[in-house]
Amino acid sequence: MADDPATAVADDAREDAHEQPAEPELLYGAPVTWMRGQQVIHPSRADAKAVLKSARDDGFLMCIDIAGVDYLTFGERSSAEGSERPIVSPTAIPVDELRRRRSLPEGITPDRFEVVINLLRFADSSRLRVRVQVPADDPTFPTVTDLWFGADAMEREVFDLFGIEFTDHPDLSRILMPEDWVGHPLRKDFNSGRIPVQFKGDPSGEGS
Amino acid sequence: MGADGSPAAQTFEGRQEMTSAALTSAVAKLRESGAVMRMTEEASQQVQETFDGDPTGDERMIMNMGPQHPSTHGVLRLMLELEGETVLRVKPVIGYLHTGMEWTGEELTYLQGPTNVTRMDYASPIFNELVFCLTVEKLLGVEVPERATWIRMLMAELNRMASHLLFMATNGMDLGAVSMMLYGWREREEVLRFFEMVTGLRMNHNYIRCGGVAADLPDGWRDHVLRLLDMIPPRLDEYDTLMTGQPIWRDRLQGVGAITAEECVALGVTGPILRSTGYAWDLRRDDPYLAYDEVDFDVVVGTYGDCFDRYAIRLNEIRESIRIVRQVLDKMPKGDYRVQDRKVTPPPRARIDESMEALIHHFKIFTEGFKVPEGEAYCAVESPRGELGCYIVSDGSSHPYRMHIRAPSFVNLQSLPHMMHGGLIADGVAVISSVDPIMGEVDR
Amino acid sequence: MAKEGGLLDEGLEGLNHNFLTGQLENLIKWARYRSVFPATFGLACCAIEMMAAGGPHYDLARFGMEVFRASPRQADLMIVAGRVSQKMAPVLRQIYDQMVEPKWVISMGVCASSGGMFNNYALVQGVDQVVPVDVYAPGCPPGPETLMHAIMTLHEKIKDGELTKRRGAGKGAGLVIEQRDGQTGGGRGLEQPVLLSRS
Ligand code: SF4
Repeated sequence: MADDPATAVADDAREDAHEQPAEPELLYGAPVTWMRGQQVIHPSRADAKAVLKSARDDGFLMCIDIAGVDYLTFGERSSAEGSERPIVSPTAIPVDELRRRRSLPEGITPDRFEVVINLLRFADSSRLRVRVQVPADDPTFPTVTDLWFGADAMEREVFDLFGIEFTDHPDLSRILMPEDWVGHPLRKDFNSGRIPVQFKGDPSGEGS
Repeated sequence: MGADGSPAAQTFEGRQEMTSAALTSAVAKLRESGAVMRMTEEASQQVQETFDGDPTGDERMIMNMGPQHPSTHGVLRLMLELEGETVLRVKPVIGYLHTGMEWTGEELTYLQGPTNVTRMDYASPIFNELVFCLTVEKLLGVEVPERATWIRMLMAELNRMASHLLFMATNGMDLGAVSMMLYGWREREEVLRFFEMVTGLRMNHNYIRCGGVAADLPDGWRDHVLRLLDMIPPRLDEYDTLMTGQPIWRDRLQGVGAITAEECVALGVTGPILRSTGYAWDLRRDDPYLAYDEVDFDVVVGTYGDCFDRYAIRLNEIRESIRIVRQVLDKMPKGDYRVQDRKVTPPPRARIDESMEALIHHFKIFTEGFKVPEGEAYCAVESPRGELGCYIVSDGSSHPYRMHIRAPSFVNLQSLPHMMHGGLIADGVAVISSVDPIMGEVDR
Repeated sequence: MAKEGGLLDEGLEGLNHNFLTGQLENLIKWARYRSVFPATFGLACCAIEMMAAGGPHYDLARFGMEVFRASPRQADLMIVAGRVSQKMAPVLRQIYDQMVEPKWVISMGVCASSGGMFNNYALVQGVDQVVPVDVYAPGCPPGPETLMHAIMTLHEKIKDGELTKRRGAGKGAGLVIEQRDGQTGGGRGLEQPVLLSRS
């Protein structure tokens, strides 16, 4: 919480993204960006494990949260504002533009999925966010349960909702959805969206 | 079987269920019971032989508890492996209340967002709204007026009291102190009355909005709160008489479900469970949000990390909350209760009648919502159950692109297998109760 | 043995105590609606309000209803308090099947009644697709007063309704979630209705 986020202006993100390449900052060997005063690092998936390990050894003792994000339709809604979820199509936004809009540093290729890990260091109450790109054709990620045991349920949740497989996870199974569910509901191309609300007569069929 | 002989609905959950001990490797078993956290993986590998050599005795059975069980706080389901009455392994099966709120959160505008998140942790709805709004405000870069901040603190602390009173009631009920059920509800009802007066609803308030709060405090709020603050402490003393010093209560709770600080940290457990181990970690003090750095309060910690400590911590946190609320009453500033930024908050009701422009803004905000610049942010608050976090990715539109809630109960539940291991089933109920999981938040 | 006087000699005149006549049906209904035992079926936020209704302020005991039975076998009213997820629906149905006739269902809250604000993949859009509902309590959450009103409505229903035949064979919960456009591809991918145990 270095600078006061409240005074940040609306296009802070753009400034962050533009200034960053000028002086590449590295933390645990991964490029750093600052987003609204929060520190974010962007290791590649291959390096992620090593980076996370050095983060843990550096005092980030608690893995607060693991979230998945599916960037498939990123930016479509802001261009075509409407309440309906847009029909899925590969985004036609150029890579540079996409990188800027997703506030990724230079050298990181935006992929469809992202695994976001939030870490907490008790010693100075600092937080670190690790964003790792995961490609759509190979949605796997090395498990971090050997670093933080508590990541167990969080990884299962990401697996359940996004279908990102955590290799070597001790018990990777669905956690929120029923076991026979098909598909991963928080993926943007998951198709079973809305079930029309059905208003019916008295189910006994006989009146009361 | 159904009443007419057709096969009844099944609740088979496949791999989510617990496999029998004979088919589970020792490492997995040890991991479930938490021993791996104390032993190295290699050491536990070595235990494998002796562990597996133990034939599955006839005494052992796998039992299902829940999802519809009165002492599992809603729809938690536990698979238990028992030997006699001793719990050997526990596996929580969750998801019976999965509501797809993260999905719905992406369908609703930022303005509607609090309506959705407030239904997650229904024992402390204000905190959900708070963390959502803090995150959106971080993305927007707006500064909330001082009065709004203090109103938020007032509501949050009162909500913490209500939530802990609910815990007192259910904890007592689970352990057989049935009269606590009545007392806890009686006090909680008083707090809810104030909430109803301010927000119009007893729960799921949707009171905290991006940029401030929905409405200013009504006339007479101060007297109402003061009456509340005078009424509750003597009743807490009654609880002390009824439970804290009572030998049966102590026997039921002391030494049950103990956990250490290291184990909590490894499991990601926060809140009263972490504090019960003696580790004083409270986001209100260690990573202050709102104006918590301007009020004076103590972080209550325990010593042994057992159920009794968790009970005592919550009881005393109510007292600390009362202390905070008193300071909030003294310091409550005057001013706006939401930012006067026409892009974020609707214009005052009175102006709509006179100004066409205000009407248009009002209409636009409620139909289209406001746009939030691209970016992502994570904010956390200390909810009564631990660290409640919210991660939002914005793509520049008026809807969150991704809204994720880090629910404390969800993570805290992971400590159940560890804390229940080796105890009796009756103690297991005490442990579940002391974790105080709210299933709406676990499953979201 | 015949006593002097008595019913045989003097007819009704000979009785030395009062009595009421009435239909057996009314008597049974009276007994039924005065002692409805709800099963605890708390699911989500509504459950908290249901418990509050049982608490000291609202005091369901006034209606002979305060005994929430944990076992469905001992209950004759199921208050579905909260949102019913796809994962919970079979459990709900099973518990309903375990309750003995006569049994009633109150759907408490908009989530149970219609899915409420959560029109998404995870929730059953209305519990009446799983079990037959007698009374719907609106609100989110319905306050304890609303729940009580629903309970009173149910009492009326029991009092005025038919005694034995509540629903014909094949009626009741034999409802089908129809496959709609845009619903293929994900979810359970079933041609069969999602939840159905009775035909
Ligand atoms: S109707 Fe409202 S209060 Fe009831 S379960 Fe649904 S969201 Fe919660």
